[in-house]
Amino acid sequence: MIDRSNIGKSFPPYAVEVENHQLRLFAKAIGETNEVYTDEKAAAAQGYSALPAPPTFGFSLSLSKPNVFEAYEALGIDLSRLLHGEQKFDYIAPIHVGDVITLHEKITDIFEKPEKRLEFIVIQTSLVNQHNEHVGEMTNTLVIKN
Amino acid sequence: MLDLSTIREGDSLPTVVKPPISRSTLALFAGGSGDHNPIHIDIDYAKQAGFDDVFAHGMLSMAYLGQLLTNWAPQQALRSYSVRFRAITHIGDEISCSGRVSEVFQENDEPRVRIELTAANQNGDVKLIGEAVIAVY
Repeated sequence: MIDRSNIGKSFPPYAVEVENHQLRLFAKAIGETNEVYTDEKAAAAQGYSALPAPPTFGFSLSLSKPNVFEAYEALGIDLSRLLHGEQKFDYIAPIHVGDVITLHEKITDIFEKPEKRLEFIVIQTSLVNQHNEHVGEMTNTLVIKN
Repeated sequence: MLDLSTIREGDSLPTVVKPPISRSTLALFAGGSGDHNPIHIDIDYAKQAGFDDVFAHGMLSMAYLGQLLTNWAPQQALRSYSVRFRAITHIGDEISCSGRVSEVFQENDEPRVRIELTAANQNGDVKLIGEAVIAVY
């Protein structure tokens, strides 16, 4: 069982730049056909100042943290037993190429379903851009299969 | 832009069907998404962990469902988007994304629609269920 005293624990804030190359590779990987994600002119026509990050890209920003999996292991999570249970995004303002997003991550819950031999850990992340504008929230529920 | 006068509860969004997931898909998505968990790209690791093979990142299918949403409405109108990962998506699965307007409502002084989302494979096995809220203006 993951120690429930970790509930409320915050991770050190981490700032990451939204890179053009990364967004294009993401678009390629998901077979994106909507030009707003790959063509600056199409993005500008929809009112964006630069290529926008697609709706789930915030999760990738959270993975760009160095040694991201070591943070899980430090909590006693065996990576090979880890599954993604739920994911939620709340959107406040767009994220674009060139933005520097600071992620503020906090463990908001740890619970178990012993009958299913499952443990759950909920991580809430606030995303703040370089203008100190709160652009969104992510809620990630991880499942550990025991 | 979406036109509120033409949207009804029960309306379906145009379906998005993706090509079968290959090992290349997962390698590309590992790089593109930054999720380098070896369970998705290294069959030796997956077997040691008790799986028959590597399997797809849940966030790949969530990105596919996201395409259904952003094909239908501009992303600026998207207020929230959530999924529950119901089952593992395997190599060869052909993910089909569907959505349906489940509610038209008013919130924060703007008309909004709630979309029920499903991603399923070619056999109809549901892999993800989800929900999105989109502003209509």
